[in-house]
Amino acid sequence: MGRSSTVKETQALFQSLRSAYAATPNNLKIIDVFVGFAVLTAIIQVVYMAVVGSFPFNSFLSGVLSCIGTAVLAVCLRIQVNKDNKEFKDVAPERAFADFILCNLVLHLVIMNFMG
Amino acid sequence: VLQVIKYESVIHEFDPYFNYRVTQFLSKNGIYDFWNWFDDRTWYPLGRVIGGTVYPGLTLTAGTIWKVVNSLNIPLSVETVCVFTAPIFSAFASWAAYLLTKEVKGPGAGLTAAALLAMVPSYISRSVAGSYDNEAVAIFALVFTFYLYIKTLNTGSLFYATLNALAYFYMVCSWGGYTFIINLIPMHVLLCIVTGRYSSRLYIAYAPLVVLGTLLASLVPVVGFNAVLTSEHFASFLVFIIIHVVALAYYIKGILSPKMFKVAVTLVVSAGLAVCCAVIAILIAVVASSPTKGWSGRSLTLLDPTYASKYIPIIASVSEHQPPTWPSYFMDINVLAFLVPAGIIACFMPLTDSSSFVILYIVTSVYFSGVMVRLMLVLAPAACILSGIALSEAFNVLTRSIKFQLPGIAGNPSIASEENGSSTVVAPNDIPKTEEAAKEKPAKKNRKKEKENVEKKPTPSKTEKRLLVLPLEASVIAVLLLVLLGAFYVVHCVWAAAEAYSAPSIVLTSHSNDGGLHVFDDFREAYSWLSHNTDVDDKVASWWDYGYQTTAMANRTVLVDNNTWNNTHIATVGTAMSSPEKQAWEIFHSLDVKYVLVVFGGVVGYPSDDINKFLWMVRIGGGVFPHIKEPDYLRDGQYRIDAQATPTMLNCLMYKLSYFRFVETDGKGFDRVRRTEIGKKHFKLTHFEEVFTTHHWMVRIYKLKPQRNRIRGKTKKSKSSRSVSSKRDVRGKRNPWH
Repeated sequence: MGRSSTVKETQALFQSLRSAYAATPNNLKIIDVFVGFAVLTAIIQVVYMAVVGSFPFNSFLSGVLSCIGTAVLAVCLRIQVNKDNKEFKDVAPERAFADFILCNLVLHLVIMNFMG
Repeated sequence: VLQVIKYESVIHEFDPYFNYRVTQFLSKNGIYDFWNWFDDRTWYPLGRVIGGTVYPGLTLTAGTIWKVVNSLNIPLSVETVCVFTAPIFSAFASWAAYLLTKEVKGPGAGLTAAALLAMVPSYISRSVAGSYDNEAVAIFALVFTFYLYIKTLNTGSLFYATLNALAYFYMVCSWGGYTFIINLIPMHVLLCIVTGRYSSRLYIAYAPLVVLGTLLASLVPVVGFNAVLTSEHFASFLVFIIIHVVALAYYIKGILSPKMFKVAVTLVVSAGLAVCCAVIAILIAVVASSPTKGWSGRSLTLLDPTYASKYIPIIASVSEHQPPTWPSYFMDINVLAFLVPAGIIACFMPLTDSSSFVILYIVTSVYFSGVMVRLMLVLAPAACILSGIALSEAFNVLTRSIKFQLPGIAGNPSIASEENGSSTVVAPNDIPKTEEAAKEKPAKKNRKKEKENVEKKPTPSKTEKRLLVLPLEASVIAVLLLVLLGAFYVVHCVWAAAEAYSAPSIVLTSHSNDGGLHVFDDFREAYSWLSHNTDVDDKVASWWDYGYQTTAMANRTVLVDNNTWNNTHIATVGTAMSSPEKQAWEIFHSLDVKYVLVVFGGVVGYPSDDINKFLWMVRIGGGVFPHIKEPDYLRDGQYRIDAQATPTMLNCLMYKLSYFRFVETDGKGFDRVRRTEIGKKHFKLTHFEEVFTTHHWMVRIYKLKPQRNRIRGKTKKSKSSRSVSSKRDVRGKRNPWH
């Protein structure tokens, strides 16, 4: 009995998650897709390294960290652009986006230097 | 900069000479050669990969300054730039401390903290003009990185997060102590999460720093892949994962109803726990498989203070790595030592993210400074910040009490609030000038005037604190006492800077009986003799303390130097110094050594000479070569050089090279440092010959005698020729070349 109620609860949970998520505005959903893409790329690279071996290590490191870095920065952008966040309501979305671009520039400069 | 006036513009100590030599190379050959430089004039015959083992921050900074200044046609030599880099950066560090404390508490506290840091003896000891060492730049980078971290935490702006990562990169370039940052910040993030102060600003402050910081740290050749492979960095990755989990949890909590959230939590906890345990088990297996659990030797020494003395005598032998004594705390940070607890309390009211960070910083740095005396330097900025906070809070309360009770402040309801940056050092009886119309807070005591009661609006103040007004006389006296305290601090700092920390330690002085100054310039005398009287390719053997100076000033190849990266090589030199002459000659000859340099303080009473360091030579040598046994040199558990010394001691190379012809100085051979007469007074050296002794006998240079062409057998002819000499070799008539 407890088992089926847990299953039902889980289903209800996923339903509510999906409905709540559908309510988020479109621009945030785009950022989420981007984050998901970046994480997926990172996972592919890790799997590739597990198959092929980790030489040269710095290329692997720069590749994985660039994916994770863009994911993290995109999450920060999402935090700053999200209208529900009361702490950031005085930060214009353009400013947030400009910061995001700057950070990405620095990140990719370092990546390109490190790739070897 | 007092030392430049007292002595001259010269580089101090040992490590700065190496940095100076590297900077010279950089300025002469450019950055690509510097990056790929393989130094063959040190650690003969191994050499040293400079590009990959040095922290480039300091040398690159000085090199850039030199280049910029010279391109503006201001003719400064490299040495001048090197000597004065440290004071310039200590000024920057003061500025960074001001910024950091301003973020935590307000401009008043910031100014006080900056003023304190500008004078604290501990930091002055490392930033005198001439102390061209990594810490001069690194402390500035440390405080500046912390400031940017707090600023990002307070504002949540990605721009500052980028700057934070770049400042952290500069710190990694400058000093091995950067691991302190990369462990302190994750600890603070964890603390914030655990105490329920998680916010999205925390995420923005921390997550980009980890990613960018790790990448930037791997760029520096010294760190390289250690940035992801060693245990010192694991904390940052662990907290990185944790903060993502927490962020996800908060996000889901935000979009779900509470009931659904509970379901989610139970589901996640049950499933996630299994996964977590598996991951942790794998991690522990990986880390435990390495013998030191992935930590480097120095980090282990920090965590377990007894580790070095048990396993790595080299780390234990460096005098900077000893635990500090209680008086050194008072000497180094003086008044701040008891202002710090007041500052900690002041940080708790109110407790913000930034003040919790400062508290964590001071607690960890106090612990680590208790392990190694050189880490007092990391404690100094923390102590200054907290004392600045304490002092400014105290002055705020006291001046506010005075203002409440000074008659004649008519009609003006404005009272300085907590954030007032008004002058805290001005004499209290001045009418306070800058009065901002700040929010009022109701006061408890009834001694205020009626018009101020009228202004008691219940405005929402940031802190719910209720003001206490102290009696007028008490607060005036208290302010006077605080100012006096500050005056004592200034006096002590100036005295400490002038007396204790301004000595360049390559030039020594003492006061003679008629009050004049007597200068001992023996070190430079010896090095210039070496550079003028020996061939360029000659190898010089000495204890590792003098390696950097020998390569920088005498320009000769050495066997071992202060980098101490190869314990076996140092142990070889130590063994040679502890062996009898013949074995020592053989060891040195196998390493192509031509000259041996020994520092001896017995004539003038210079206490840090090689005989006092001899116990480390025995211990380090004995750690690698088991035929050197420390008990052979001890009599009653002590190292002695008088008549009671052991025969091994009296025959070892260090004894002989130090005391050769020593009786000629005063006829009795009285060693001023050990305060006894030496044991073996008249002896001859068979395998070495003395080539130079400096004016005060402080540095003695010996040359290896070349091997004889003919092996002289045990014939009567050899015995009779040797009986002519008046002073006999104590070891008897044996042929020395057997």
